[in-house]
Amino acid sequence: MFKITNKERLAKDITKIVVEAPLIAKKAKAGQFVVVINDDKGERIPLTMADWDRQRGIITLILQDVGFTTHKLAAREIGNCIAHILGPLGHATEIKKLGQVICIGGGVGIAEILPVAGAFKQAGNDVVSIIGARNKELLILEEEMRAVCNELYITTDDGSYGRKGFVTELLKEILDGKTDKRANRQTHLIYAVGPIVMMRAVSDLTRPFRIKTIVSLNTIMVDATGMCGSCRCSVGDQAKFACVDGPDFDGHLVNFQELGKRVNQFKAQEQIIRDTL
Amino acid sequence: MRQKVRQQLPKQRIKNFNEVSQGLSEEQAIAEAKRCLQCKQPKCIDGCPIGIDIPAFISFILQGRRREALWKIKEKNNLPAICGRVCPQEDQCEKLCLLNKKNVPINIGALERYAADCELDKSSVVSPRLAGECLMRKSEVRDSKVAIAGSGPAGLTTAADLAKIGYSVLLFESLHIAGGVLSYGIPEFRLPKVIVHKELEYIESLGVRLDTDVLIGRTLTLSDLFAQGVQAIFLAVGAGLPQFLAIPGENLGCVYSANEFLTRINLMKAYRFPEYATPINIGSRVAVIGGGNVAFDCARVAIRLGRQTQLVYRRTEKEMPARREEIENAKSEGLPFRLLTQPIKILSDKDGFVCGLECIKMELGAPDDSGRRRPVPVQNSNFVLDVDTVIVAVGQKPNPLLAKVTPNLKINPNGTIWVDENLMTSISGVFAGGDIITGADTVISAMGAGKKAAVEIDRYVRKLL
Repeated sequence: MFKITNKERLAKDITKIVVEAPLIAKKAKAGQFVVVINDDKGERIPLTMADWDRQRGIITLILQDVGFTTHKLAAREIGNCIAHILGPLGHATEIKKLGQVICIGGGVGIAEILPVAGAFKQAGNDVVSIIGARNKELLILEEEMRAVCNELYITTDDGSYGRKGFVTELLKEILDGKTDKRANRQTHLIYAVGPIVMMRAVSDLTRPFRIKTIVSLNTIMVDATGMCGSCRCSVGDQAKFACVDGPDFDGHLVNFQELGKRVNQFKAQEQIIRDTL
Repeated sequence: MRQKVRQQLPKQRIKNFNEVSQGLSEEQAIAEAKRCLQCKQPKCIDGCPIGIDIPAFISFILQGRRREALWKIKEKNNLPAICGRVCPQEDQCEKLCLLNKKNVPINIGALERYAADCELDKSSVVSPRLAGECLMRKSEVRDSKVAIAGSGPAGLTTAADLAKIGYSVLLFESLHIAGGVLSYGIPEFRLPKVIVHKELEYIESLGVRLDTDVLIGRTLTLSDLFAQGVQAIFLAVGAGLPQFLAIPGENLGCVYSANEFLTRINLMKAYRFPEYATPINIGSRVAVIGGGNVAFDCARVAIRLGRQTQLVYRRTEKEMPARREEIENAKSEGLPFRLLTQPIKILSDKDGFVCGLECIKMELGAPDDSGRRRPVPVQNSNFVLDVDTVIVAVGQKPNPLLAKVTPNLKINPNGTIWVDENLMTSISGVFAGGDIITGADTVISAMGAGKKAAVEIDRYVRKLL
């Protein structure tokens, strides 16, 4: 059993939980994820680790209350135990000293880029991050991100905080050399996590610039160890399993259209079980 | 006359997930045991991959000493209630039974199950002789620790055999429930999960420490295990990588690998959604592609979910690798076969879900490497099956994950782990067995490999002492 040691509401429908999982904390690396089962009748859902502490044996998970299981997990209290957590899973993000790296997080995806941005910074990169949310209330982890980046840009769809608009608009300005500080500086890698439409828009934007763009795919999974194939996706002309071949892939090669349809496979069932709450 | 097991009637059983076979009654078991010739040189034992003394346990049944029959079986077999249900006896012990010459071999599988089921509530019972043997050998290897990755039939067998001779055994499973294919793969109506659970309790009662939610290679590496003082490691991680057909449309909604479909149903209990939170989304007309036991399991699950189901297979019934009994059971449950039919494309509706399966007719040509006649396409014979769900059950390959994250672990070109004649891998002290070295095979051959591995590991560790 995996005990919840801390819990904090970060925004409307976004909750942070800290869980005792010493074996996982010991091995965790930026970009990896875990599979969580809330209780004995629960489903297996993948969640990215936002943080971990090897000494204290804890991992931090950030949940967006969008489905039945995330809702149940967010409702758990400090001291409660989560039935099962398996991890760390997937390949860690490849961290190297490259030069300038731009990390882009949309919505709850900010939780996923936080450890990656930190790792790139620690490896000696110049890390610029763009984080975006629908509005000010939904923006999470601003301070944590600021602490691990050389520069942090913020956008909100409605303009209630930071720049009004999407993360891609700001990214385009940087790549076009229009921002004062970034003029004429080469970007070596872009790392983007967020809604599929956002990752697709970022990849489409960076393609003509020929800047390597990595996206982390949050597909549907069951075992998450390469056994069921529920997470399969098309990358270039190859079929890949996001759980064991990813979750990071070259955004310029991912078939986002297919991915968008696959993640909606169980929409009708999700509504049915959501209604039982 | 060979006694037949009692079964739930087809029209009744297609409406539930309860076990199809009800086993033998006491009278039937004794009548069947009476037929055994008690051969002086019994051939049946040669047919058993783990060498159970079959005539001896049958003789106990005949005398009404059911518990001693079970003890006799458990001298060799740690999972008798499972083997009695899922072993392909017709290709093993029963094939070599003298009475098979007249096509009426002893129903050994049903008798094994009969013996096993009597003690199911007290499954930790170990025969006095076995207990004595364990005690005698315990002192020598008491402090030796062995770790096993994977709690399927191979891993469980090795765990039990090593625990019985005194080893401290750590058994790791990546899923949240132990049993491997016994839990995620084989459906409830062929192998009730309460039976698997009871057999697991027996293994734990031997002193095996079972840890679920641990993925060897990720949560703990082989080096971590050696650092914890483990003297040998057995890799029994199975053949869990699903194969697809590589045809257009395979990533559409409502296309499942057999593994995904069965895992959702068996392990996650999606057939009881929303009481259990894991969903399954299938339409009303299901095509299952394949002709092995797994394909039949999928088809019979789909029938029980009330779906109009058909089996699509590129050869004929004769070449099907599935057990005869399963083929017959499926037929009596009304499963239609589309034989000599090869799927070539899965058709999509506007939302990205299946709306048809385009196939081509096949005919049998010259025999291939497997000795079966190779199916070849008939030109211009394309047609579309009106289905809205496709389940691909065309085999599994060895799970590549552990190999990928373990440097120095030598892998064969077909993805299996390389081992020497003593089942040792390219890393000293690390052994492997079961489907991970042979490719997908039966429960009993994995158990056979598990037994051999236990012997080899014991020999290896004793050399270190």
